[in-house]
Amino acid sequence: MLTVDHLKKHFGFVRAVDNINLQIREGEIVSIIGTNGAGKTTLVNLISGYLKPDSGRILFFDKDITYASPYVRIKLGVGRSFQLIQLFGNSTVLDNVRTALFSKYGMIRKGLLPADRYSSVTEEAIQILNNFNMSDKKELTPTGLSEGDLKILDIAIAFALKSKLLLLDEPTSGVATSDKFKVMDSIVSAIKKEGVSTLIIEHDMDIVSGYSDRVIVMHEGRIMAEGKPDEIMENRDVKAIVFGIVS
Amino acid sequence: MRRNPRWIAYTLIFIGLLFIPRLFSIHDLMLFEYGLTFAIVGLGFNLLLGYTGLLSFGHGAYFAVGAYTVGMFAKYLPQAYSLELLIPAALFLSLVLSVIFGFLCVRHTKIFFSILTLSLSMLLYALLFKLYHITGGSDGLRVPLPTLLDMSFRGIRRPEFLSGTYYYFLLILFAVSCVIMRGIVSSPFGKALQAIRDNEVRAELIGIRVRRYRLYAFILSGMFVGLGGALWSFVNGHVTADLSHWVFSGEIVYMTLLGGFGIFEGPIIGAILFTYLKLYAMGNTQYWMFVIGATLIVLVLLLPNGVAGAIAVLLAKLKRKKAFEGTTC
Amino acid sequence: MWVIYTLNGLYFAALLFLTSLGLNIILGVMGILNLAHGSLYAIGAFMAAWTIIQIATKALAPFIFLSLLSGLVLAGVVGFLMEKSLIRAMYKRTLEYQLLLTFGALLLLEDVIKMIWGGQAYYASAPFDLLGSINVLGHVYPIYFLFVMCITFLAGLFIWFFMGRTKLGIMLRAISLDREMATGLGLDIGRLSTFAFVLGSGLAGLAGALVVPTTPALLGIGMEPLILAFIVVVVGGLGSLKGALVGALLVGFTRSFGIAIFPEIELPLLFLIAGVILVVKPQGLFGR
Repeated sequence: MLTVDHLKKHFGFVRAVDNINLQIREGEIVSIIGTNGAGKTTLVNLISGYLKPDSGRILFFDKDITYASPYVRIKLGVGRSFQLIQLFGNSTVLDNVRTALFSKYGMIRKGLLPADRYSSVTEEAIQILNNFNMSDKKELTPTGLSEGDLKILDIAIAFALKSKLLLLDEPTSGVATSDKFKVMDSIVSAIKKEGVSTLIIEHDMDIVSGYSDRVIVMHEGRIMAEGKPDEIMENRDVKAIVFGIVS
Repeated sequence: MRRNPRWIAYTLIFIGLLFIPRLFSIHDLMLFEYGLTFAIVGLGFNLLLGYTGLLSFGHGAYFAVGAYTVGMFAKYLPQAYSLELLIPAALFLSLVLSVIFGFLCVRHTKIFFSILTLSLSMLLYALLFKLYHITGGSDGLRVPLPTLLDMSFRGIRRPEFLSGTYYYFLLILFAVSCVIMRGIVSSPFGKALQAIRDNEVRAELIGIRVRRYRLYAFILSGMFVGLGGALWSFVNGHVTADLSHWVFSGEIVYMTLLGGFGIFEGPIIGAILFTYLKLYAMGNTQYWMFVIGATLIVLVLLLPNGVAGAIAVLLAKLKRKKAFEGTTC
Repeated sequence: MWVIYTLNGLYFAALLFLTSLGLNIILGVMGILNLAHGSLYAIGAFMAAWTIIQIATKALAPFIFLSLLSGLVLAGVVGFLMEKSLIRAMYKRTLEYQLLLTFGALLLLEDVIKMIWGGQAYYASAPFDLLGSINVLGHVYPIYFLFVMCITFLAGLFIWFFMGRTKLGIMLRAISLDREMATGLGLDIGRLSTFAFVLGSGLAGLAGALVVPTTPALLGIGMEPLILAFIVVVVGGLGSLKGALVGALLVGFTRSFGIAIFPEIELPLLFLIAGVILVVKPQGLFGR
């Protein structure tokens, strides 16, 4: 449902994204790996609308969103999480998610009752938190949460917006190694449940091989290799360039 | 929510407040009424500061609009000088001014917002001050006793008016203001405002129209403050241009912070405390500004969450202690 | 008469320039909007007035320079004390707290002035009288006003030179342009900020000291200069020397011609201009 067609983005001499073609199908979880500066974040920025390309097209469900603003893409269903967590620090976990739902349903202007009275929306927010294994923390504020929980909450908010495509930029960075799998389990189980397509930028190969349907390897702005996780792990060029293993 | 212990406490307090005219002297009652009007102001102001995260140093302008609406009616439309007309008029005019000023101000944030609100309120001050033929200039306007529905208060002096019908009128409007404000802050709109306060960028990203809702908050806040100003004018008997001066706006900020802007009840407590603090200081020393200034400084440094905030923290600690003690053997 | 209006405009602008320069330096280097700036102006005024009354000689030079110096120095000292006690506490807090703390300081200082100098007016017109008048383009004009313009010009020149050429000044500008970078370069932000605050306060005190021979020192004398300086900073742009100059001239001339031609509209007009500029260009004419 996402098609990237001959996408190019150059910053002067730097070819951040150099003629990228890729497709993501519904319900797929695709990881992008590559060395630093390979162009992964630039690609995500192009897809989510924070950068406009020099040439090429981006199609989302056959709609051309190449030059659409981030706001429009969000409305269409392209959600994104950031490396630096962006949360509502003084609101409860429940409110963080529920307010996103209120916004989605256009209830902010029409809702005259106290928020708690809207049981269906509140239930839905709790359900989303459940999917992410966070419903026990719903009355806490972000200040009391661990790094991993903050990341999950960040993604849960993007989730509440009913994104059909989620772009996750290093979802486990900053999370303690012992928590990484727990965090990914929560995220992926919620994703699979709703059938949301996901594009993940990751460096941790355990995470990549554990959760991806497909892996795309980028190097110097181009796609170097593509395939199932185990195929990629065995690919000699990938091993040499990305992992620095020469055999 | 109706069964919530909070509402029971509020109802009890309200009932208690009904008896105040019998218990307080006229002088103390007037002081309390000043406090109530400022409590309404504080509630309105805090919608903008505590819930939306915008610090206005020019809210005196809306207070002045409310107060001068009353004064102007007294001067130019004495035949319509009746509470049931004056209050809606004050609300309407505060709405108009907050729409105009708000539209200009919400495009900016942080210090620019504060500076712009200050400048605009001083513009109003300058107009009120200079156009003395209309507004009475530095002398201001007199505020005689109004009528309410069919009741005329001719022949009564102000203290009796204030301790009789007017007290209950004010109390009811205060209670209604509290209920409405409570409704606003707990509604989805209120939640959206808090999201805007916490993270403007993220709020925009979840589809909240930040500028528009800031404007709505600004307008609602201006209306509450204008209502407070109108109600205040009857207690004071007199309105002057100083009400739009930035120092007065500073006092509004002060009382909100005194009570604590993180809690709903904070501004109410702050308003009442400030009223008593100021009058106590003015009554006991010629250096009352020193007292107020020093208190403000100490307050900001030691109790950043205000009095209500400090109490809340204390209560939370006691609760935890009790829970802890309950679990140890 | 236009000659007189123009000269008056320059005079107002001169005083405003000094005051707003001080406000601007503090705002630029420390990011703090000091609401008590007017109180420092008042302290300078009262100190200078008191000095002039005490000295009461006919020797012009000591008169003037002692009074100006005393006003400047006292304001600087008070600024120093303020910075050390209050402003330090503000670094970690948000804007609301800053404004409130300086607001509290304003209330406090107004009464401190009352405590020290009492509630009466101090008339210190001796320097004004001693200097006499001069004939400017066919009009009689007090020399003292021209003297004020000279002092301001010198002060402005000094600040310009200081900010642009001296090491200390360049460091201050570095901080105002990019605080984090400056820290990274190893600049002692704490000491430099104190210095900036003292400098700004001293300028306010100097302005107050300059004005007393023409106006008696009264309680609340600093309020209007504060608001006007505020307008100048806002109109000219936060942190800009050129902006302070242009803003001061704009406000000074509006004031001078406004009072002469249409007194009722003068004050509202100023705020209207400020409001319009803020709406169109919130950073001010030359602001960043």
